[in-house]
Amino acid sequence: MSAHEKAGGRIFTLPFMILSVIAAIGVYFIIQRFVYGMGAVANINGGFPWGIWVVYDVVIGTGLACGGYALAFTVYVFNKGQYHPLVRPALLASLLGYALGGFGAFFDMGRWWQFYNIFLPWNWNFNSVMLEVGLCVALYIIVLIIEFSPAFLEKIGATGLLKALNKVLFLFIALGVVLPTMHQSSLGSLLIAMGYKVDPLWQTMQFQPLFAVVSALIMGFSIVIFEASLSHVRFGGKSETPLLGVLGKIAVGLMAVFVLVRLGVLAGQGKLGLMFAGDFSSAMFILEMALFIFPAFVLLSATKRHNGGALLIAAVSMLFAGSLYRFNAFLFTYNPGPGYSYFPSVPEIMVTLGIIAIEIMVYLIIVKTMPVLHRSEHA
Amino acid sequence: MKRRDFLKGSLQSGAAVLTGGALAPVTAEARPNLQPKEDAIGMLFDSTLCVGCKACVAKCKQVNDMPPVTESEIRAWDEARDLSGDTLNVIKTYKNGDGSTKDAENNGFAFEKRSCMHCVDPGCVSVCPVTALTQHEKTGIVSYNPDACIGCRNCMAGCPYNVPQFQYDKPFGQIMKCQMCNQKGVERIDNGLLTGCSEVCPTGATLFGTRKALLAEAKRRMELKPGDTYTYPRGDVSNPGSYHDKRVPTYKQHIWGETEAGGTNVMHISAISFDKLGLPPLGERSACSVAEGVQHSLYSYLALPAVLMAGLSYVVKRNTDEEGEGS
Repeated sequence: MSAHEKAGGRIFTLPFMILSVIAAIGVYFIIQRFVYGMGAVANINGGFPWGIWVVYDVVIGTGLACGGYALAFTVYVFNKGQYHPLVRPALLASLLGYALGGFGAFFDMGRWWQFYNIFLPWNWNFNSVMLEVGLCVALYIIVLIIEFSPAFLEKIGATGLLKALNKVLFLFIALGVVLPTMHQSSLGSLLIAMGYKVDPLWQTMQFQPLFAVVSALIMGFSIVIFEASLSHVRFGGKSETPLLGVLGKIAVGLMAVFVLVRLGVLAGQGKLGLMFAGDFSSAMFILEMALFIFPAFVLLSATKRHNGGALLIAAVSMLFAGSLYRFNAFLFTYNPGPGYSYFPSVPEIMVTLGIIAIEIMVYLIIVKTMPVLHRSEHA
Repeated sequence: MKRRDFLKGSLQSGAAVLTGGALAPVTAEARPNLQPKEDAIGMLFDSTLCVGCKACVAKCKQVNDMPPVTESEIRAWDEARDLSGDTLNVIKTYKNGDGSTKDAENNGFAFEKRSCMHCVDPGCVSVCPVTALTQHEKTGIVSYNPDACIGCRNCMAGCPYNVPQFQYDKPFGQIMKCQMCNQKGVERIDNGLLTGCSEVCPTGATLFGTRKALLAEAKRRMELKPGDTYTYPRGDVSNPGSYHDKRVPTYKQHIWGETEAGGTNVMHISAISFDKLGLPPLGERSACSVAEGVQHSLYSYLALPAVLMAGLSYVVKRNTDEEGEGS
């Protein structure tokens, strides 16, 4: 018998209906984009080729979808079996985040009808970081589908297939750690070739992959805490707060590494003074650092770590910190030179909100109809 | 007990691989900048000669079969302000104060050409995942193949000069950039012609030639005494169509493109400092050479990922067997 159960309940609730309206508006503008071209919907331009569709939907969206990655580390690499109940919902969120990130990359592609060119080996440019990101993300989406498939196989009662899959699942779990390590670090490496366009406070050159992968893990651990807390409030079941507290502790360690190495690198590159320059970049840097350091102080206290509310606030702060780090580097302080500026258009924002709405809707449907959440009586 | 130790050991080696992966790009030597090709061709733009007539803009549109950009009701000339999906070459104006004196930084004006610099170490070529951008091995011309391109626009972000431009206004757009009039169907260089812009330039402000000959000419001009008269060539620097005599301006002692980010095949000289003309803050090192160094130190032969995969498969297998069930 499975240790997971479907949450059940009505699907067409009021929040679900509101989400579906947002999703419909988003889909409307995505259709506009395909019919009239990207310029009809998005404010991207010659100096800002990447707007929120790339930076939020792909760069940040996949970072927020690193819950499966973070938990795979915890459960299967460091052998903390007690976290098992959190794995399946985290994998589902990762799968949805990555699938919609992939969809985002697709409708942001200027020449989407020949997207398959990136899968043809004779086209490959091994110098390109983007090649690694593209192939690796595509592969990881497939791995996530396989990792999550036991939930579906349990639902339809395909026990034979389930048994066979369980025999080789360890390979996919290992891939589920290797692939995100690769492409999450590469998302940072994308910034290197942009050179001076990336603000000096974020342009750390060779250190970009390190900061990117550590920020991915921070976002991964905090999204697990965030989702588990919310789902406890919504669907009940035993509170996982003690377990989540330990994940919070790991995140504190990662944040310490991130902040200290970042400051050290900036000092080594002689750019530390820029954070006090009093300009927009320095303000964003200080805000970002505050969002990283604040949850560390909250979670250092054992009592707060075991308080669901404090834990949730810390997790939200970490999610904002990781997202702001990527937003700052790729967009907010990105400067391609005189004559160019970017602020997303309303339709462009609606597309991104629509994607988020679809993600939440599909998550709710699957959680209510498939054995994803952990069975409460023996959690 | 033994097995525990073994597990611990494999965990430690896994951590070692991860740490190695984090340190590899930091400690690895990035490749050096690419070097100029022996017979690279290019152009030399002398801002002090440009009178802003935009004949080069019109000729470029004609050669590339692109429509003029009109903003106002005048419709008498191309009003493109910057490069776009409809414009591969544009003349921009520098103006300071009352704008009365040509080539003066204060209270002066000057013109600046903006088109592909045909980098010696081109960022667009380096970052393109599908090899849609290529550098010709002999001429150094950077060309674009729309049949390979997926439209990810990394070339735009990876170009220090914001040269590649996507046609955002079309449902089936593509990247547009100057290909030195040698793209399929145009092939002016292969047929012994000059680039359109240098052919029509009335003052020789845009000069065509090999990078070597153009660099020599630029260095010659740096040596001239301001106020003297110099005989400026028009068209091809090695085989000028005609000459004209002009008073020598006070050149900045800086040939843009000699060394910037590995150098460019299209070089600029001017009497106004280049940051005022809108050229980017570049060092000598090309950013893409650093990116490639990082990428290759992590992924050469996929060795690091393979070691990580092998170690993790082992650890995960042990840990899942212990639990007695999968996910």
